[in-house]
Amino acid sequence: MAVNVSSTAAGRSGTATARTGSPRTERLAGLWFVLPFLALFAAFMIWPVVSGLWQSFFNVSLAGGEASFLGLDNWTEMIGDAAVWDSLWNTVAFTLMSTPPLVAIALVMALLANRSGWFGWLLRFAYFAPFVLPVAVVTLIWVWMYQPGFGLVNAFLTGIGLPEVGWLNDESVAMLSVVITTTWWTVGFNFLLYLAALQGIPQHLYEAAAVDGASPRQRLWRVTLPMLRRTTGLIVVLQLVASLKIFDQIYLMLDGGPNNSTRPIIQYIYETGFTSYRIGYASAISYMFFAVIILISVAQFRLFSGRKEESQ
Amino acid sequence: MGTHGRARHPSPLSRRAFLAGSAATGLALAGCGAPDVAAGRARVRQWNLFGGGDGARLVQMHEQFQDEHPRTALQAYTFAWGAPFYTKLAMSAAGGRAPEVATLHLSRLRGFSPTTLLDPFPRNMLTEAGITEEKFLPDVWRRCLVDGDLYAVPLDTHPFVTYYNTEICAEAGLLDADGRLAPFSGVDGLVDALRAVREVTGQFGASVETTNPWRLWYSLYRQLDGEFFDESGTELILDDDKAVQVLTLMRDLADEGLLPRFADYPACVAMFSNGQAGLSFNGEWEVTTYTTAELPFSMAPFPDVYGSIRTAGDSHTFVLPHQRDRSTEDTRATVEYIAWMLEHSVDWAAGGHIPAYQPVATSDEYLALTPQSEYREVADDVQFDPQAWFSGSGSQMQSEAAAAFAGVTSGDLPPEQAVAQFRAAVLKLLDTPSPV
Repeated sequence: MAVNVSSTAAGRSGTATARTGSPRTERLAGLWFVLPFLALFAAFMIWPVVSGLWQSFFNVSLAGGEASFLGLDNWTEMIGDAAVWDSLWNTVAFTLMSTPPLVAIALVMALLANRSGWFGWLLRFAYFAPFVLPVAVVTLIWVWMYQPGFGLVNAFLTGIGLPEVGWLNDESVAMLSVVITTTWWTVGFNFLLYLAALQGIPQHLYEAAAVDGASPRQRLWRVTLPMLRRTTGLIVVLQLVASLKIFDQIYLMLDGGPNNSTRPIIQYIYETGFTSYRIGYASAISYMFFAVIILISVAQFRLFSGRKEESQ
Repeated sequence: MGTHGRARHPSPLSRRAFLAGSAATGLALAGCGAPDVAAGRARVRQWNLFGGGDGARLVQMHEQFQDEHPRTALQAYTFAWGAPFYTKLAMSAAGGRAPEVATLHLSRLRGFSPTTLLDPFPRNMLTEAGITEEKFLPDVWRRCLVDGDLYAVPLDTHPFVTYYNTEICAEAGLLDADGRLAPFSGVDGLVDALRAVREVTGQFGASVETTNPWRLWYSLYRQLDGEFFDESGTELILDDDKAVQVLTLMRDLADEGLLPRFADYPACVAMFSNGQAGLSFNGEWEVTTYTTAELPFSMAPFPDVYGSIRTAGDSHTFVLPHQRDRSTEDTRATVEYIAWMLEHSVDWAAGGHIPAYQPVATSDEYLALTPQSEYREVADDVQFDPQAWFSGSGSQMQSEAAAAFAGVTSGDLPPEQAVAQFRAAVLKLLDTPSPV
């Protein structure tokens, strides 16, 4: 297969001047190639997006029945609905709490695994292994570890003379518990990206730095980290988006509790639309959340394009 | 790529032939997934939410049914309990392509929008199959009717009960001469019993699910004669004093260490299994778990704390989810299946549920089941959830109660504040225009 592709590419570049077909037929042929994708994209992406926006102006119910036009009622209800803003804040709080450790710990792990010699394979395996577990397994393990009384974590804490922590039932700690679990589970992916980037740094830079008398610490700060800047940018973007999507772990570990203190916005949308059948109202909340994500993405895009100009 | 590209790079298998071939393979594979419905065989697709011991028992019953009814193709599917199941069922029915029959908690019937998401039972078919009103408890049957049409056929009643570890309770001196839990009553009776058990376990008196204490709270609140909605079902007449009284008792018991401060559902079961608690207040459906674990235990009604044996509970029913083109043949087979399940519900009762079908509930075979028939007398006193579109098992209102009440046993929220929060949440739900 790979051979086929490269030979096609070579053939194409060699015969670029010998083409007989007009640009127009070429373009038409291209259209036919993207048409299957476009049809699926329209049916499963564009149409739902448009119809979701449409539904946010109606009292559409999952239970069926005639939906009537509400104007902006869903939207004004949303503005006055404290549960929307509380759960949106929970999502943002999770993102703010989870992104720094997921980036920083991944970097430290990658630096360690990159330096270590013969047991590097063990570190790579150990750091990445949790990532392949399904979320249901991860949460099951951690819920048992967090149990008061007989859970592994609290048993350890009391064993060394510290008081128990209400990992799952204390409102001020529950979100931290989810962040710890998520970090353990998904840090391996960022670790892998960093490791690949580290291995892509040319060795001669380090050699030159060493010749110039740079200490290991200076090599880290002046060579390694600047060379990882683009990767860090990528990881931060991917991590922010992934963290904003938080739902699974919180739903499975805490069901949004205790007292809704960890309920993320996606869970509230799910509860409103599917448990309470209010698809119209749930659509309005989804669009508000969509707007928040767009704002964050645009802000990031600005930051990044700014940084690129700076480096030029 | 123009047409010339292909001529210049001949490959053993042309692209077009390859694509055609894989499309055909895809279609053939999709064909394999289609159910094998031989001509003339009625099809009964059944959706349920039974896991654990109930799930295993249901599979056994279905195998037996299939053996005895070769002309019916029964296909049963089990989904995760609660909201995940109900959302899928609602969506399939909203699209009119639902399974022939599904299980539904009776407390959710009104909230499930029966007139749009369910099809009423054809009464003549039920009568032919022997499913008639006088074979059920009047209150349960009445709840299956909506505007005079029958939308559900009850399979069982499942109350909130007391499990007791016979060895621990014997040591605590709580058993009578027959080795049964001697009934205790009143707040003092409850506290004394819990203290006696804790003397033996050294940890807790009873285990309860504190993360979702709705069943415990509602049992006690109803024992106090607490009301919830008015006659019309549109106004909240929650008695704050009684609600606070119950929560205060729960908090005091947890403060004294007689109940756990924090236990989610698995922990509630685990605490009883491993002897950290000698009693457990829970639904009767864990009987299989404890029997399998060979735990020395038995069961009794939920105690009379405030002057009655009322206890929270619900009923599993069969419903016909809405199908755009419901076939008479399949419906007939479905009714036959339901009738068979009711007649064999003593097998189902082994999982702890009290049969709703009275010929079975009064049969010697059922009475011989222990501990499953030890609490059968409460069937008449079972308190169903208040009726609204947002109430019932696994509903929004139960989550709101869980959110507000879970903080009481943990000591984070005073009972008065918990009740105020719950009241506000229910009022908000009442204010929301009903989507059903």
